[in-house]
Amino acid sequence: MTDDVSTPEHPVRQQQLISLHVNGEAHELLTEPRRTLVDVLRHDLRLTGTHVGCEHGICGACTVLLDGAPVRACLMFAAQAEGSEIRTVESLADGGGLGDLQRAFSEHHGLQCGFCTPGFLMLAEGFLAERPEASKEEIREVVASNLCRCTGYQTIVEAIDDCAARRRAALRARVEGTAHQDENTSETVPPRAACEEVPCGSTTRSR
Amino acid sequence: MKPAAFTYHRARDVEGAARLLAELGDDAKVIAGGQSLVAMMNFRLARPAHLVDIGGLSGLDGLRTDAGGALHIGALTTHHAVETAPPEVLGAGFAVLRDAMRWVGHLPIRTRGTVGGSLAHGDATAEWCLLAVLLDAELVARGPDGERRIPAAEFFHGYYTTALEPEEILVEVVFPRPAPYAALTEFAERRGDFATVSAAVDLEPADGPEGAEDSGREGEPELVGGGGRFRAARVALGGVAALPVRVPEAEEALVQGGPYGPELYAQVAAVAAESVDPPSDANGSAHYRRTLIRTLVAHACEEAMSR
Amino acid sequence: MTGPTPGPATPVRREPGEPGKSREPEVTAPQGLLDEDRPAETARPGPEHSGHTAPAREDRPWIGASVGRREDPRLLSGNGQFTDDIDLPGMLHAQFVRSTVAHARITALDLTAVRQVPGVVAAFDAQDLSLADITARLGRPLTEFVPTGMPVLAREKVRYAGEPLAIVVARDAYAAEDGVEAARVGYDSLPPVVSEEQALAPDAPLVHDEASANTLLDVSMFATEGIDGTFDEAPCVVHVETRTGRQNALPLETRGVVAGWDHREEQLVLRTSTQVPHQVRTTAARCLGLDERAVRVVVPDMGGGFGQKCVVGREEIAAGAAAIRLGRPVKWIEDRKDALTAAFLAREQHYDVRAAFDAEGHILGLDAAVVCDMGAYSCYPFTAGIEPLMASAEMPGVYKVPAYRVRARAVTTNKAPTAPYRGVSRPQYVMVMERLFERAARELKLEPTEIRRRNLITQFPYTGVNNVTYDPGSYLESLNLCESVLKEEGWYAAKETAAAQGRHLGIGYSCFSERTGYGSAAFAQRKMEVVPGFDISEVRMDTSGALVVTTGTMSHGQSHETTLAQIAADELGLDIGKVRIHQGDTDRITYGWGTFASRSVAIGGSAVRLAAGKLGEKLIAIAASVLEVPPDELELGPGLVRRPADGRTVSYEELADIAYLKSHLLPKDTEPGLTATASFDVLNDGTFSNATHGVVVELHEGTGQVEILRYVCVEDCGVAINPKVVEGQTRGGIAQGIAGALFEQVTYDEQGAPSAVSFMEYKVPTALEIPEVSIHHLETPCAFTETGAKGVGEGGTIGAPGAVLNAVNDALLPTGVELDDTPVTPQTVAAALEHTS
Repeated sequence: MTDDVSTPEHPVRQQQLISLHVNGEAHELLTEPRRTLVDVLRHDLRLTGTHVGCEHGICGACTVLLDGAPVRACLMFAAQAEGSEIRTVESLADGGGLGDLQRAFSEHHGLQCGFCTPGFLMLAEGFLAERPEASKEEIREVVASNLCRCTGYQTIVEAIDDCAARRRAALRARVEGTAHQDENTSETVPPRAACEEVPCGSTTRSR
Repeated sequence: MKPAAFTYHRARDVEGAARLLAELGDDAKVIAGGQSLVAMMNFRLARPAHLVDIGGLSGLDGLRTDAGGALHIGALTTHHAVETAPPEVLGAGFAVLRDAMRWVGHLPIRTRGTVGGSLAHGDATAEWCLLAVLLDAELVARGPDGERRIPAAEFFHGYYTTALEPEEILVEVVFPRPAPYAALTEFAERRGDFATVSAAVDLEPADGPEGAEDSGREGEPELVGGGGRFRAARVALGGVAALPVRVPEAEEALVQGGPYGPELYAQVAAVAAESVDPPSDANGSAHYRRTLIRTLVAHACEEAMSR
Repeated sequence: MTGPTPGPATPVRREPGEPGKSREPEVTAPQGLLDEDRPAETARPGPEHSGHTAPAREDRPWIGASVGRREDPRLLSGNGQFTDDIDLPGMLHAQFVRSTVAHARITALDLTAVRQVPGVVAAFDAQDLSLADITARLGRPLTEFVPTGMPVLAREKVRYAGEPLAIVVARDAYAAEDGVEAARVGYDSLPPVVSEEQALAPDAPLVHDEASANTLLDVSMFATEGIDGTFDEAPCVVHVETRTGRQNALPLETRGVVAGWDHREEQLVLRTSTQVPHQVRTTAARCLGLDERAVRVVVPDMGGGFGQKCVVGREEIAAGAAAIRLGRPVKWIEDRKDALTAAFLAREQHYDVRAAFDAEGHILGLDAAVVCDMGAYSCYPFTAGIEPLMASAEMPGVYKVPAYRVRARAVTTNKAPTAPYRGVSRPQYVMVMERLFERAARELKLEPTEIRRRNLITQFPYTGVNNVTYDPGSYLESLNLCESVLKEEGWYAAKETAAAQGRHLGIGYSCFSERTGYGSAAFAQRKMEVVPGFDISEVRMDTSGALVVTTGTMSHGQSHETTLAQIAADELGLDIGKVRIHQGDTDRITYGWGTFASRSVAIGGSAVRLAAGKLGEKLIAIAASVLEVPPDELELGPGLVRRPADGRTVSYEELADIAYLKSHLLPKDTEPGLTATASFDVLNDGTFSNATHGVVVELHEGTGQVEILRYVCVEDCGVAINPKVVEGQTRGGIAQGIAGALFEQVTYDEQGAPSAVSFMEYKVPTALEIPEVSIHHLETPCAFTETGAKGVGEGGTIGAPGAVLNAVNDALLPTGVELDDTPVTPQTVAAALEHTS
């Protein structure tokens, strides 16, 4: 018996010029159309924070934000992402330090080997931007979108829930602080945390 | 798990895409959200020589209710857009569509996957296919020679095969009338997976609202418990055949039986289980699938009537 | 490759008022990490976590503290560097031509068309590369163990679907896969052996000609005198037969390597995702015919391993050979399809076990037969004996078993080969033991917890019938606490209420201990020819007083950069921010055994402490000379050497200045520099962590779904270096144990084709399937590890299947059906529940 894989005729490996907007930067690159978004991000743009775990859309290690919404970067060809704003884990840190969501993951021990972590971070970032008031059960349901082999998920759920709660508190504090400021017409600066931790669906999308 | 090479074409409009598809023949595939197709290409289970990307076309997404109360959903509308559509956009009486979306994969699949893509893919356990069959949807396809409307009952031909011609593009699905007492439920070993069995019902209680023009639940009086009967009912199952199927025997039992309540739902579910011939495969034996049908049809009835 | 990022430290005290709290890290953490608004209480919430762990001590402020992880900032910001993140100039990409059939003679292998595929640079088969086989051996007679070679690329014969036949090297990963498709392989099919029964059948085709009856290992052990009489006369004999599903350890990062020849060092550099860098070096050198110094193994960040990466893979050797032939770096990243079908699997075992009890429920004897389906090859260095030998050596576990007999076999089949997977046989034999006790309790009308209490080892040290000596643990205490938690929470009452409503709730336990810190003595007892055990640690202090600790362990999620730093910081009175842990470079440490079998903190951590202690002695010696006082009047820390008598101090920086830059000031006979090396080994039977798991499930009629309503774990791993890390290991382990009990399995059809080629079929559970777990800590310090710590990596996985299965069977009690095979699927449960009425 012969393992008779019929030789597929190899179509001409044509290259195409595409432009991508990633983390606020524009990139132009010449690439084969068959390259998936995650491969282009990782190997052409060298943004290796986004990982590849299954290449069939189930594990979620490659989750990035496309116009603010979490998507699987392994289930898209890079060419399909033209005209959209892409955000990867590399965009989460603000001012060189970790962002609030990242800090929450660390505080709750929501990562061990860290391979799935960028996917979970982008999943949560996109989700909380849309649903800042999400309940813990809703968060658990969204966390079920991705696979983690180390943590048992509990601490990931807790980290996202805690981050959401702090963002809500910061927003309240800022609203109250602003009211307070109006009364006193003083130059009170809102707490630094509040500035950083405002849930910002629209800002997030346009960043 | 890297796809085979292909040529990428970005469509400018539906007509152009249809012409291109006609020209390229069987070697071409339409891609929209790509949530099933790209996975299959990564496994090299699908290896089209040409991909025609309709994802960027304008005017093919969104929800719209027409004067007759029918809901039109553009083919490029994402599952997530349906899931988050406000009631005034979704239209009164279509909550079943919104609620069914939580069964479609997971959030990052729903943000990218499209209603039209799911229908055109024709997976026997896909929620949209089941909903289309249940609610007598019409699928609007456009090809080089114009547009045609295909009833859902004639659209699905078997595993991953539909009535769409290679050069046709699905542009819209129309749900002709509100279904205020409809529900979809399903079971998979792991949440988010394709269902082992899915069940959906669309009930019309005799003491419920009549006619499309006054179909919203809001402001409707509570249905009187017990004593009520159904003047019409539709039951559909996924995961029991090569395509989603209606179960006339169960529908008949719903209309003939009564009064409505858990006892009737259990009877009807049992009828449904005995009226189909589900397959035995790695996801479950025929016997187990019948067990699931008995459970899920009853649950769907209860969920539908609790709206 | 980017440069190293400065390591921030985040010490988190469990008790805000504890001594040492004022010791803030000296390194500057990136802004935003050390946030001011962190709550005083750290991430150990709730009274159920209050635990029994000893508070941090003043002289050891870091050990016992839930210090924030040093690993986190880079992993959270996308700056981790995993194997696939490496990009070298001129790098090529490899994929493998793999067998599509399970058992066949190779009649032709034609790579001509492969080499013509655009983008393909080269393709090599076994003949092209002529590499020595990988052969794992035991020091046992051929009647007990048959060594079999595993060729790096298959020659003559293929033994499983997925076996590598040729390596294709191309410009990119896409072209490599195009190339793989163009290969022409001719097969002369042989009948595949796809089950234990087929393997052991009288006329079975042979997977390896040298292994008659397809048996790679066959040992009979212990056979206590008079055991047959014990069973004949016992008032109660129970029997459990169980088959456990073949699983994939499934690290989310698949296996992978970047291989390249370093011309300057005349050395092959393998950057590979492995738990055992030195064993990969040893094997690669042997296969390639190189001096061992000519191979350097460097391990990037690792996305998990769980045992699948603690054996040497053929692909990493083949990639190394290709890189040498081509003179260019070659990267191979296993794709998920291959990771599911062709990587090392585990756990497919068959137990047939009887236990005899007296009328009061005391166990009298245990008679076991174990057959493990090890697949096509013996893994290096552990061999195909790993699972059956573990099961037979340790099955009596936490119970006082007076008589024991076991026959354990490893059979070879035409399936993907196996490797140790987290827990190695212990999840299975613990499940079997716990099922036996439950069954005996039913027969003798005893409470399941009461029968265990009557049999648990309570006097330590205890030498069992299996010739293993158990060091002190809290076997009884953990059971009592676990039971009282479930009782106090009202689960027993809830079960009664549910039953009255026709619902199916069940409560189940498992009690177990987990040997951790296997030293060379324990492995030698298994008669391994390659005997793991010791670990080496080297500490080096620089002129700035910062410490680099190099160890032979290999963290792949276990947080060693944090926990080992805690140990070193405590020993030298250093701020943890001054300590950097270095692992995974065979050129930087003489030898090491990597990370597996919950050994790293127990053994590696002890070596770290000893090395740091030696360095401390040197610091004191130099300080004594500076202060002109006898060394015994001096003590270490914080960051200095101090003379308590008069309060005089010399900082580490000053001492380092002398040691390196003013060596003329060193005392006589003191060598320049501040380095020390120490090794540690366990020369007894090792140390045993223990735990009791308590689980409440509800079985849903109509779907058969098993819902876990409550999961309580009472664990004792001795001194917890970092309680948060201990809890993380435990929770993650439990998730994998539940996965094995309820979800994951690879089956093979008659032709030897695996059932799971994607995550659609291999059902790794998600956050909706894995419950929250409450963890309670007990602490019985180990007397002979340097820190009192025992290992904790595997316990969660070991305890879960038994507890879950017992709970399921408790709920099934009214049906009369008992389920002993895993995974327990909804379909099986639904069928069982049909017997309800």
